[in-house]
Amino acid sequence: MAEIVSLAEAVRRAIRDSDSVAMEGFTHLIPFAAGHEVIRQRRRDLTLIRMTPDLIYDQLIGAGCASKLIFSWGGNPGVGSLHRFRDAVEHGWPAPLDLEEHSHAGMANRYVAGASGLPFAVLRGYNGTGLAGEDGTGLAAHGTGTIRPISCPFTGETLTAVAALRPDVAIIHAQRADRSGNVQLWGIAGVQKEAVLASKRSIVTVEEIVSELDPRPGAVVLPSWTVTYVAHVPGGSHPSYALGYSIRDNDYYVAWDKIGRDREAFGRWLEEQVYSCPLNGERA
Amino acid sequence: MNEQKGLEAPRRRAEDGAYTADEMMTVAAARALRDGMTCFVGIGLPSAAANLARATHAPGLVLIYESGTIGAKPGQLPLSIGDGILAETADTVVSVPEIFNYWLQPGRIDVGFLGAAQIDKFGNINTTVIGGDYGNPKVRLPGAGGAPEIAASCREVIVVVRQSLRSFVERVDFVTSVGYGAGPGDRERLGLTGAGPQKIITDLGVLEPDPRTLEFTMTGLYPGVTAATARERTGWDLAIAGRPEVIAEPSAAELAALRRFQARKE
Repeated sequence: MAEIVSLAEAVRRAIRDSDSVAMEGFTHLIPFAAGHEVIRQRRRDLTLIRMTPDLIYDQLIGAGCASKLIFSWGGNPGVGSLHRFRDAVEHGWPAPLDLEEHSHAGMANRYVAGASGLPFAVLRGYNGTGLAGEDGTGLAAHGTGTIRPISCPFTGETLTAVAALRPDVAIIHAQRADRSGNVQLWGIAGVQKEAVLASKRSIVTVEEIVSELDPRPGAVVLPSWTVTYVAHVPGGSHPSYALGYSIRDNDYYVAWDKIGRDREAFGRWLEEQVYSCPLNGERA
Repeated sequence: MNEQKGLEAPRRRAEDGAYTADEMMTVAAARALRDGMTCFVGIGLPSAAANLARATHAPGLVLIYESGTIGAKPGQLPLSIGDGILAETADTVVSVPEIFNYWLQPGRIDVGFLGAAQIDKFGNINTTVIGGDYGNPKVRLPGAGGAPEIAASCREVIVVVRQSLRSFVERVDFVTSVGYGAGPGDRERLGLTGAGPQKIITDLGVLEPDPRTLEFTMTGLYPGVTAATARERTGWDLAIAGRPEVIAEPSAAELAALRRFQARKE
């Protein structure tokens, strides 16, 4: 059963240095407040996993929390580059960042394999791309051995296998939970269900804790017994959004370009908006 | 699948000052979409063009975004592929594994609409790294996103990209998404089920693959753009069709619809 705790306590109990951590949310429901709490608790040497690293991992990478990134698209959506991510890759600042790079289809299937208790997933993909390695063996540095050709046992056709993702911790944001820790989310549901089910432990921050979850067509429900910690953090996905509760703060994404571009400006942001700032948005 | 800010050609006004080269490009890209098609849309220029098509000549165009929104009907341009407006106006919203596995992979989608940072004469796209090598690149780009499988599995692909020596290269620094590989026969050899890129639409005109060599050739130019300019802004020995089509200027209706979208975005 999920325990309902504060965000600080959830992060303290769920995440250790050197863990692999997947914070998911595909443009919608990105768990920013939880990401900031990880920065605040100064976790180090994390392997960060996320399809679209977005601003949230730009912030974690710039703050020196990560030594490796597993991802498929690292940009500021609709704006441009993630400059802290680029600085880490291009100049090793504040620390070198190992990359394990995939396509969206590959990442999504890797989570599906993890959630399914399988060692790999099969798809049509990567053939002829540099991601699979020039020779198609998947042994190039960027594939790090997680993309391999596989022969169909029925037809003999060559397909692509991708290794399962099994993160130590998944962190997501959702609209609601009930007092027993059952979680409900709707709108663009991304890959959050798969990420939680693939991971050993999980933290879900929610907009609202209600006494009863009324059924909603098309909603994803994660029963309490699939979740480790639930924390009540209204606005916890800002500057992304929670459908029905908030809208995307596009200005923040645009403004981030200038902050992220400059190491000093980023340092000031980190000090003012994270380290010297109490938990953003959290309610007891 | 995002426009690359650092790699844009400068915005230029057409000679009569009535519309910009970017507007002409977006209109030309919109015209490439037919009513009733299903279209897998990348963000940035492709999204603007696809939404313009739906607002003008192709009201039945089915817009599909990798965020899992199928049949989205946004009244304004989404800033990201996961904007709330897409979910709220969609016929259905599916998970990310589902959009790639059930919808894209089997080849149900007519056209994939992509952007690029670099593209080569065989329509191979790079959105990963520029210069240096993979482990130590000069410029780190966002990466693949959904593009490799869109390029592989859609029945056809259209690429929208500004034409410059930086973006139009003899050979891409990294193959993120495959066009025609090294030439005829490569898509079949690689088992890529879609037909590959049929058009590259730029701020100068339109390129199409030569039916024999599959090398991209300039087959259309915008009013006032010369073949010499197109060649100057291409990093390979660009072939120009014998009589390149002069593409019609944006109509008043097209421009009005596009500007209505842009105004709402800002």
